[in-house]
Amino acid sequence: MTSDNDRRRGLLARLRGRPAARSRGRRRLGAAFRLIAALTLAGGAYTVFAPGVQAQENPPLTGAAAEGRALFDVSCVTCHGRNAQGVEGRGPSLIGVGSASVEFQVSSGRMPMARQEAQAMRKPPVFTDEQVRQLGQYIQELGGGPQVPQGNLREGANLATGGELFRINCSQCHAFGGGGGALSSGKYAPSLAPASDAQIYAAMLSGPQNMPVFGDNQITPEQKADIIAYIQESLKADQDQGGFNLGRYGPSTEGLAIFLVGIVALVFASLWIAGKS
Amino acid sequence: MKRRKFDVAAVPGKAAGGVDDRFQVATPLRKLLNKVFPDHWSFLLGEIALFSFVVLLLTGVFLTFFYEPAMTEVVYNGSYAPLRGTPMSAAYASSLDISFDVRGGLIMRQMHHWSALLFMAAIVVHMMRVFFTGAFRKPRETNWIIGSLLFWVGFLAGFSGYSLPDDGLSGTGLRIASGIMLSIPVVGSWVTSSIFGGEFPGEIIISRFFIAHVLLIPGLLVALISAHLGLVFKQKHTQWPGPGRTNDNVVGERMFPRYALKQGGFFMVVFGVIALMGGLFQINPIWYFGPYEAWVVSAASQPDWYVMFLDGSTRLMPAWEINIPIGNGYVIPPLFWPTVVLPGILVGLSTLYPFVEARQLKDYRHHNLLQRPRDVPARTAVGAMAVAFYIVLTLSGANDVIADKFHISLNAMTWAGRIGLLIVPPLAYYVTYRICLGLQQHDREVLAHGVETGIIRRLPDGRFEEVHQPLSAGDGHGHGELDYVGWVVPKKMNRLGALGPAIRGFFYPIEKPVEAPVSPGHPPVEPRPEREEIGSGDSRR
Repeated sequence: MTSDNDRRRGLLARLRGRPAARSRGRRRLGAAFRLIAALTLAGGAYTVFAPGVQAQENPPLTGAAAEGRALFDVSCVTCHGRNAQGVEGRGPSLIGVGSASVEFQVSSGRMPMARQEAQAMRKPPVFTDEQVRQLGQYIQELGGGPQVPQGNLREGANLATGGELFRINCSQCHAFGGGGGALSSGKYAPSLAPASDAQIYAAMLSGPQNMPVFGDNQITPEQKADIIAYIQESLKADQDQGGFNLGRYGPSTEGLAIFLVGIVALVFASLWIAGKS
Repeated sequence: MKRRKFDVAAVPGKAAGGVDDRFQVATPLRKLLNKVFPDHWSFLLGEIALFSFVVLLLTGVFLTFFYEPAMTEVVYNGSYAPLRGTPMSAAYASSLDISFDVRGGLIMRQMHHWSALLFMAAIVVHMMRVFFTGAFRKPRETNWIIGSLLFWVGFLAGFSGYSLPDDGLSGTGLRIASGIMLSIPVVGSWVTSSIFGGEFPGEIIISRFFIAHVLLIPGLLVALISAHLGLVFKQKHTQWPGPGRTNDNVVGERMFPRYALKQGGFFMVVFGVIALMGGLFQINPIWYFGPYEAWVVSAASQPDWYVMFLDGSTRLMPAWEINIPIGNGYVIPPLFWPTVVLPGILVGLSTLYPFVEARQLKDYRHHNLLQRPRDVPARTAVGAMAVAFYIVLTLSGANDVIADKFHISLNAMTWAGRIGLLIVPPLAYYVTYRICLGLQQHDREVLAHGVETGIIRRLPDGRFEEVHQPLSAGDGHGHGELDYVGWVVPKKMNRLGALGPAIRGFFYPIEKPVEAPVSPGHPPVEPRPEREEIGSGDSRR
């Protein structure tokens, strides 16, 4: 036993030639002290040699981004945290999401969220377009990320290609008519009816909420323009050649209509005819 | 030369005489034209199905002039811009042409589809009428079986027609159908490959479904409908009990002219409703679905409503896969139970029901009089249970649309469907049974005590009591001696003495109401107008 203890006493103790009578508590205290000393030394060396903390704001924010930061610190900071690095259990980090994401979420009123739930709903937007741009600029300068290009987003688009791409990539969730559909556990693909060109573009780029990201190497900007054109010029502008579209929900509302309109009308007609004698 | 006199008035008679001379049809025709049909609004529900079938045939023939049942690939170049230049099957291209380039094509297509939905809906409503009134009892069990077969053949007709446009939605439906066939143990893969001519989708399925849809299934439908109507003719229509109506007679109207005229009018009404729906409501907008491609499936892809219960049962079925360790292992997929076994059970139960009930009640007599649903609580409750079962399944077939539009979690909808499928039908049974007993009780109460007059009388000792108008002389305690005869018991004062409404006319009165005396001292000057003899009431003559 004694030889064991000897071996464990450590180098310093052996150098000092003290007998192995030190209490266990004091030994622990010593170890802690040494650890703290080593950490302080390493930390100090890092502070001396590493670039200064202030370097993160270098180059400083542009005017718009500074405005955006002011808005962020008032409206978004609760969930997304200081410097947009996110708060555990409340909101994700926004580093690297880009202005495309801000454009989509804030201009459609989804952010700021009303409450934590399966999915943020579209609401009347809280911020003006200018404020959205400022917020986007701030997030963009903070961590970079995808941006919605300027200008006409459906320049030279081909409706037929857009339709084909829409049916392959979008209709699984947003449905053939763009009216949206259910996903699991209270999540859903929203209706495309109120979406603007920029919002659709931003959604494809940033993949908000449950939507997958359709980056430029999956769907090229030209194809995105085709899809936007199909949604805006064909699905939304369509006059529904067949008459009232019953919400474009497919056969479910058609089944409802045949009972509520057809059968009801004909039962009344049969009451009427049988009542004539 | 003496001109021969031409008597116009004698022309029809002479012509008819000439026809009878040659074909000897007067005697059988007289029998036919004098045949009596009982009249009640609920007897017209089956005619809705018959008439929408006629509309189906008419519009369907129009569609075949322009439809091309081929899966050869063509490039669309018609008037619908968002699809121009898209490669697609000839079937889909011709369906688009019908919708956009053939004059009147779209309304014909929509009328065809609406009348198909109406055909099935009317079959179901008619079937419920027959069930709840006990019209399926001996001797009409065969007709009940033919009727249930008509539902299933109509189901096939609808499904094959749904597949013909070859748009994204039809292709998705076909894919599911092929999956269902594949799930059948042992024979599944052979069934599928022989129907599709190989692996799904193959190149032959559209032409095969076309010939099934325009020749085989309609032929079968026509045959079954003829047998159905022939049996109604032979066995005579059932009637409600009432004054002068017994198990051995038929009270109603002659086939000609009144019944035939009414039926002709009703056909026009059905045709009109279908035409209105075809013109006003868009159905199956195939141009949004695009051509069928295996990798395209839209959200809210549902079958038409009468197939939706199978979609629902599939959605509710837990993923219970049965692995049988034979050879390399044999799998019975969970799809087999809700889509093959369940409809099999439903066909069996629905066709055998008349025999089951007769055996249960040991009732093997002929029944030509109908029963009010309240008088047979057990049957009515069983029917309500079946309807509840069907409704839960159908709603579950659209549960993603309901979840999305009403902001409910889809998972919650699925579980609500699973639990509802087990709980709602027994609940419907219990509630319906109690309602039937309550209605029976009230009928008996009115027969015993009379109609509530709404007059409250205060007795000298301060008690209040309601004055009842007894329906018969009674026994001194105010108890009547009338027996329940299986028909409506008057429950309001103005229904006394008349089985139908006191004032005739459905939308507006066609006779003047009798003027009430202004006061007992001033009786009306005019005599009370002659009223028609009280028969069995106009609503059920």
